[in-house]
Amino acid sequence: MNVSLFIPCLVDQFFPSVGINLVKILRKAGVSVDYPREQTCCGQPAFNSGYHEEATQLARRFLEVFGEAETIVCPSGSCTSMVKVFYPEILQDPGLGRQLQEVTARTREFSDFLVNVMGIKDLGVAFPHRVTYHDACHLLRELGVHRAPRELIRHVRGIELVEMENSDACCGFGGAFSVKFPEISTAMAQDKSAAILQTEAEYVVANDSSCLMQIGGYLSRQGLPVKPLHLADLLGENL
Amino acid sequence: MNRTPGQFKILASENVADPRLRRTFQSATGHALGQRAQSVQRVPEWEDLRDRAHRIKEEAVEHLDSYLEKLEASVIRRGGRVFWARDAKEASRYVVELCRRLQASTVVKSKSMAAEEIGLAEALEAAGVEPVETDLGEFIIQVAGETPSHIIAPALHMTRQQIGNLFHEKFGIPYTDVPAELCAFARQRLRRQFLSARLGVSGVNFAAADTGTIVIVENEGNARLCTSLPRVHVAIMGLEKVIPRFSDLPLFLRLLARSSTGQRQTSYVSMISGPRREGEWDGPEEFHLVLLDNGRSDILADPRVRRSLYCIRCGACLNTCPIYQRVGGHAYGSVYSGPIGSVLTPLFQGLEVAKDLPYASSLCGSCSNICPVKIDLHHQLLWLREKLASRRATPWQERLAMSLFAAGMKDPALYRMGSALLRLWLKASGKSKRPFAVPGWSPTRDFPALAETSFRQWWADHRQQGEGP
Repeated sequence: MNVSLFIPCLVDQFFPSVGINLVKILRKAGVSVDYPREQTCCGQPAFNSGYHEEATQLARRFLEVFGEAETIVCPSGSCTSMVKVFYPEILQDPGLGRQLQEVTARTREFSDFLVNVMGIKDLGVAFPHRVTYHDACHLLRELGVHRAPRELIRHVRGIELVEMENSDACCGFGGAFSVKFPEISTAMAQDKSAAILQTEAEYVVANDSSCLMQIGGYLSRQGLPVKPLHLADLLGENL
Repeated sequence: MNRTPGQFKILASENVADPRLRRTFQSATGHALGQRAQSVQRVPEWEDLRDRAHRIKEEAVEHLDSYLEKLEASVIRRGGRVFWARDAKEASRYVVELCRRLQASTVVKSKSMAAEEIGLAEALEAAGVEPVETDLGEFIIQVAGETPSHIIAPALHMTRQQIGNLFHEKFGIPYTDVPAELCAFARQRLRRQFLSARLGVSGVNFAAADTGTIVIVENEGNARLCTSLPRVHVAIMGLEKVIPRFSDLPLFLRLLARSSTGQRQTSYVSMISGPRREGEWDGPEEFHLVLLDNGRSDILADPRVRRSLYCIRCGACLNTCPIYQRVGGHAYGSVYSGPIGSVLTPLFQGLEVAKDLPYASSLCGSCSNICPVKIDLHHQLLWLREKLASRRATPWQERLAMSLFAAGMKDPALYRMGSALLRLWLKASGKSKRPFAVPGWSPTRDFPALAETSFRQWWADHRQQGEGP
């Protein structure tokens, strides 16, 4: 199988290890990996703020760049849901119909791809630590992915997964929301952190770098010892 | 006390900084969510019920004109009267004029969001008529001179100690914070009003077009008294409360009770089809139904936000919303708060006066997830944001940033060059390891440093070295 990587701009610029580890994981899973160099951003920041014209232009580009891809895999539930859920809403051009349908159907978030497409739950990784898992909103509620990341975590040797209270509660990031309403956003991060601390986990694992940036940014400012960790980093670093 | 939706940012940051308020909101919404979750768990077909209700509401809203006319005909056939109110003023004036004709000096009111929306209490007071709120929560906030902070629980923002103090101060009764004692006092006081009022005002939860039956759901029995003791009963309903058939009702009753309070059924469900008829023992002599538009036709005209008219006002989206949980209802500056308020208020009052509300969401989607009639609430907020941006009602800095962003992202060469230049500049100025200072973010959270090597650079390097694919 040939997989085309869809690397979110946030990962590209700030958290490249997530992409690098995803490459390692996919190769271990036995698929050939390609990175279409013409890709930039899926357009979600513009879309979420109401700038649909700008977002539509980037959505069209995405279809061009990934039009021929067999499978598109992305280490972010949020960017994946932009493509799968919102592209059909903003690209009303009937001429795009088929291409749009194919590209959205072929785009998968990476844990969903591994578990539900490849049938892989055990990558033979060991990580003897106590972790808790945060459900990223878009991954959980736009894409309905809840079990796949937990399956992957549970099959890691030596790991202890402790569920936090309200793991499905938003961390408070929300893109521009985090800077438009910093007080509310921070209060949400505060409550999320309290739930994380209660588990006495060493790591908080999630599948979206944006959530981890929010949670990790708050934890480190408070001098709290829990470390944010993308699931791709957890798996890839220990392969 | 006169809050407006334009003050959301200020009011929200005040409330979020108040630990006592935050505890109150969190415990009240948490309790409601727990009750709901328990009761929904016992209905294995819950998701099917949501789908069915969504489809029935869709049917009602897509054919609103014909179902409303059918409702009107059914109500008239049963001896009731129907008044079509274009806006809040027309609706209030109709009730005020009824009071004049009846020479009513007091009106007993049961809980009604539509009445709140049109400012009926104020209109009555201005006409010299005393509006008496008979729902306990509404009674409390009326005495306190407040507005409701929740669709279902108007006094959610108050603790029982505060209510005890309020009753002690306003009525001179000995201080108590025992709910049963406070309730007994209110009951005694209100009972006299029920017996003397000539006009009773109620809201409407559902109105069946085929039978002309209006349905009122409550737990205190006050709505039943309001609609049966006075000589005249006026029910005020938003246009969207019509359901096609009386036989649709059981489905909605199940969804509403479980979603709002976690009850299997509310204590009272009143079904009223017209005034008292010959040979009947009780009921009012006259029954009036006010059909309130007040902006609803405009919402209906826009297919992208039309689904907001499916709302059955259960309040579940408020309880589950992480924003509502932390800022409370008053921050929204209008009678409708939480996610549904963030959708309806800009549509009712104008986008420009409520332009923060569509953005007052992290788009987490828990509102859409809990909604018993499956309104895609957080997507509706996205459409409102689009309306604001396309009307250029957003800040110019943001518009500029977005066009630069799109221009840079449309051109991969520009994106690559930009990211390389940024790294060079950071390196030259010795800032490359330092986290960015981001306005709004950095005062409370660390922002990561730009990675030394971007992913695309890594890919390019490794492919050249033959380590790539």
